Amino acid sequence: MVWESSLPGSKASKSILYIPKNLKADKDDLILVYGKGSLNAVSGVDGEVLWKKDFSGESIEVSHIIQSSDVIYVTGFVDSSKISVYGLNAKNGELLENNHAALPFGTFGELLSVSGDMFVVLDEMRSKIVIVHLRNGEISYNQKHISDLTKDLAGQAVILPSRLPGMFALNINSYVLLIKVTNQGELVLVDKVNNGAAVSDSLSISEDEHAFAFVHYGDNKIHLSVKNVNDWNHDLLKESIVIDHQKGKIDKIFVNNYVRTDRSHGFRALMVMEDHSLLLVQQGEIVWSREDGLASVVDVTTSELPVQKEGVSVAKVEQNLFEWLKGHMLKLKGTLMIASPDDLAAIQALRLRSSEKSKMTRDHNGFRKLLIVLTRAGKVFALHTGDGRVVWSILLPSLHKSEACENPVGLHIYQWQVPHHHALDENPSVLVVGQCGPSLSTPAVLSFIDAYTGMELKSLSPAHTAAQVIPLPHTDSTEQRLHLIIDDKQHAYLYPRTPEAIDILKHEFSNVYWYSVDADNGVIRGHALKSNCIQEAVDEYCFDFRDLWSVVFPSESEKIIATMTRKSNEVVHTQAKVMTDYDVMYKYISKNLLFVANAAPKAAGEIGTVIPEEAWLVIYILDTVTGRILHRMTHHGCQGPVHAVFSENWVVYHYFNLRAHRYEMSVVEIYDQSRADNKDVWRFVLGKHNLTSPVSSYSRPEVIAKSQSYFFTHSVKAIEVTSTAKGITSKQLLIGTIGDQVLALDKRFLDPRRTVNPSQAEKEDGIIPLTDSLPIIPQSYITHALKVEGLRGIVTVPAKLESTSLVFAYGVDLFFTQIAPSRTYDSLTEDFSYALLLLTIVALVAAIFVTWVLSERKDLQDKWR
Amino acid sequence: MQPKSPLLLLLLLSLQLFICFAFAQSTTGSAEGYTIYGRVKIPSNLGTKDYIIPGKVSNVKVILNGGQRVTFLRPDGYFSFHNVPAGTHLIEVAALGYFFSPVRVDVSARNPGKIQAALTESRRGLTEFVLEPLKEEQYYEIREPFSIMSIVKSPMGLMVGFMLIVVFLMPKLMENMDPEEMRRAQEEMRNQGVPSLASMLPGAARSN
Repeated sequence: MVWESSLPGSKASKSILYIPKNLKADKDDLILVYGKGSLNAVSGVDGEVLWKKDFSGESIEVSHIIQSSDVIYVTGFVDSSKISVYGLNAKNGELLENNHAALPFGTFGELLSVSGDMFVVLDEMRSKIVIVHLRNGEISYNQKHISDLTKDLAGQAVILPSRLPGMFALNINSYVLLIKVTNQGELVLVDKVNNGAAVSDSLSISEDEHAFAFVHYGDNKIHLSVKNVNDWNHDLLKESIVIDHQKGKIDKIFVNNYVRTDRSHGFRALMVMEDHSLLLVQQGEIVWSREDGLASVVDVTTSELPVQKEGVSVAKVEQNLFEWLKGHMLKLKGTLMIASPDDLAAIQALRLRSSEKSKMTRDHNGFRKLLIVLTRAGKVFALHTGDGRVVWSILLPSLHKSEACENPVGLHIYQWQVPHHHALDENPSVLVVGQCGPSLSTPAVLSFIDAYTGMELKSLSPAHTAAQVIPLPHTDSTEQRLHLIIDDKQHAYLYPRTPEAIDILKHEFSNVYWYSVDADNGVIRGHALKSNCIQEAVDEYCFDFRDLWSVVFPSESEKIIATMTRKSNEVVHTQAKVMTDYDVMYKYISKNLLFVANAAPKAAGEIGTVIPEEAWLVIYILDTVTGRILHRMTHHGCQGPVHAVFSENWVVYHYFNLRAHRYEMSVVEIYDQSRADNKDVWRFVLGKHNLTSPVSSYSRPEVIAKSQSYFFTHSVKAIEVTSTAKGITSKQLLIGTIGDQVLALDKRFLDPRRTVNPSQAEKEDGIIPLTDSLPIIPQSYITHALKVEGLRGIVTVPAKLESTSLVFAYGVDLFFTQIAPSRTYDSLTEDFSYALLLLTIVALVAAIFVTWVLSERKDLQDKWR
Repeated sequence: MQPKSPLLLLLLLSLQLFICFAFAQSTTGSAEGYTIYGRVKIPSNLGTKDYIIPGKVSNVKVILNGGQRVTFLRPDGYFSFHNVPAGTHLIEVAALGYFFSPVRVDVSARNPGKIQAALTESRRGLTEFVLEPLKEEQYYEIREPFSIMSIVKSPMGLMVGFMLIVVFLMPKLMENMDPEEMRRAQEEMRNQGVPSLASMLPGAARSN
């Protein structure tokens, strides 16, 4: 970076950057920048603002800056029907002239520059094209009906924002019209392309030649043509390519030229696809492609891989016989040393594919899994945890733009069917929940995808919305999980829509509870099912629900900024926790706990806006079945953002302490006091203990909470906790820091029992002496020297091996690793030498045999003596 | 139209007032806030690193208030945040391989342009706004270099050492013993019967 210049201003407006040609003021190259309601001329050498013209007093919305010799014209609309032009002296910004022209109608869309001083825009009915001509600051305009250009087209027209000299492109229905603007301001229809997709900006290839590219679809292919703007009949390039259907339509195209060896012009085109992937096309071939849609992961879930079938070679599962044979031929070639470098590369790839790590079958340790990610473009990818390759991808047809669903967005992805006990021959499937548009009142879209093949099994577009999706802890006979989808009209809908699911739900009807958070009004409500919907159309999968309880926070002093619950699939090994003095504490383990963090309304914003006296943070731990507040605590002089993680009986949260001006992390652990008297042996003997009584939200056990706070150096982007198969292994917190690294911090550092001088017994129990801040040990960054740029979330999944947890961190980059919080105590390390072990055993057996023979011989000699 | 016009006039007046106000502020060079200038200094002699190329500072991010704004360094290490409102702010430096303490920055509203900075980790005030890493971060555990001593010191090494002492030094000790005494001891031993390995093995027991 050479210089940086900040342009002050008071009004929000669109930003325009314009670099005039051959314009010098005192030998400085001028850069014209419009932003925040004023035009600034910035020196290209050192970034100094040379002059400035403020437009914030005028109501003009500046859209273009044009230059004619030494005069800069700034043009734009006032109230979409009045064109205004200001002429400024390029040297000093002096206002030379100001002209207005009122159009007799409103306009639609942006003003598009066609050539130096000619602009086109549509009128508000989108049936006429208005050509605006600015000649030396004078405004003149004429208009033309689209129907005059082409008879048989009707529909809403849109001007495509491609910059072409003397031309523009108009999109009506599926047609793209290329229209030339003559110097007199007349419009001539040049071409009409059916199924047109995208038009690039023009590219200057020589003095007065301008080329541009456009693509259209036809016979399952994409036709790319590069044409000269002035010479329409002649194609500079015409290619057709086949692009994977899963990439969708072409959103944008950019061209670039190179000079071939025979001095003719060659072109390469960069295409931006609907699924946000990039393709570079040159000479009719895709040179490279990048799945850049993976940079915007919305939600992640995992799926097991298929079980390796006995008697069937893996090779046959993965590929057909021919490819299998080809692979073996290649390997044979490799061993006979007759393979070409290409073959060698193929063998290498084959080896990598068939290596243990990247096999497409389930492994014994559960390290190999499929990560199923939903991206913002509405595409679902399955990534292999072994090498991160894309196993399958699908651009969801149900998340396509359509009449009924204008701006579909994918929201969440859930495990729909996880076959393990029965129904093992069925493939697992995932559920993608989306909605038609950004607001919560748009209808929901549901899509079910096979996790092995990536096929969309079925899709539903129900009439209701999806404000909340609740996976229930029940599955039907085919292992499909029951889900309740809550809409914004106080109805709950049951999925899957089968009579069996209804029966299961009827059975558990009174045990279904959930909560909703209304952050705007500061209310948390608990709900339970009531009865079938009372509607005109009978829908037996629709239920009314009632409010059980509500917690209303005082809006003048508290505002909800964060909530967190336990993961529903978390496994807890033991409820009892043995203290150093052989005392037993019982963890209060309930699935229905909710952590809520409220900030003072003034301190709900960002750091640096409030003083410590005005800021406080109140945290609550609620029971979501009864609405009972188990614990409440106030941190004075603290503010958000709060990042929290809830596991077993503890919650850890990160916030900012304004008094110390440092970040803090606190831990709260909840213990069940009602079981605390079970220490007496006689009670066990007489059977008077209550250990076997179930943990239930219906009873009101006495609980106590212990908490402690520590300083933490960094800002935090995400916090997660490791999860293991049986919950025996100690836990680590995974903290995504502001530097886009992931730090693994032992839970032992966040233990409310830490004291300044732990006794010998406590030390043996693994209690770390209390320090005011949490240590950051560089070796415990699980990302090591890597960065997960733009980190947004961390997901942990248990492996089958108890010691190991799989970690997936996503942002612009994706990062996957497996970690063992208490080292791999149940497996050998990777660098363990089996050969050495075998050798040692063989040597030992040989030694025993030799010594036995020797000893026998000595015995015999002794007896002979 | 008549009743509307006073309101319009008022609106216009207030608009003009607003413009005047904005103009007056912009002349002081701070329309909305103040500018924080600073410098990040990474010592180049702190050993060589694979993942930080010395002098390549473009990957260093300077972050205001936990991600509110992010800026990058110029080649000479300078950075700036513009239009920062008065108040107490937090600046963090994210550079791979170095540990930076977050910095508390007080932008004073009373005497404009006065900025105070202090490291939050050590509570040390900064006289000039130059940020230096507190320490280097080594993300990989360094593999212990191979040495004879480490093998000798290990439990296995100690056991082998003891065995060697027994094997080589014990006979030496025996040599120093009186031959008469030695013979007597051997006699005694033979009377008791030396437990041999062969007698311990099941096959050998039968041959006895």
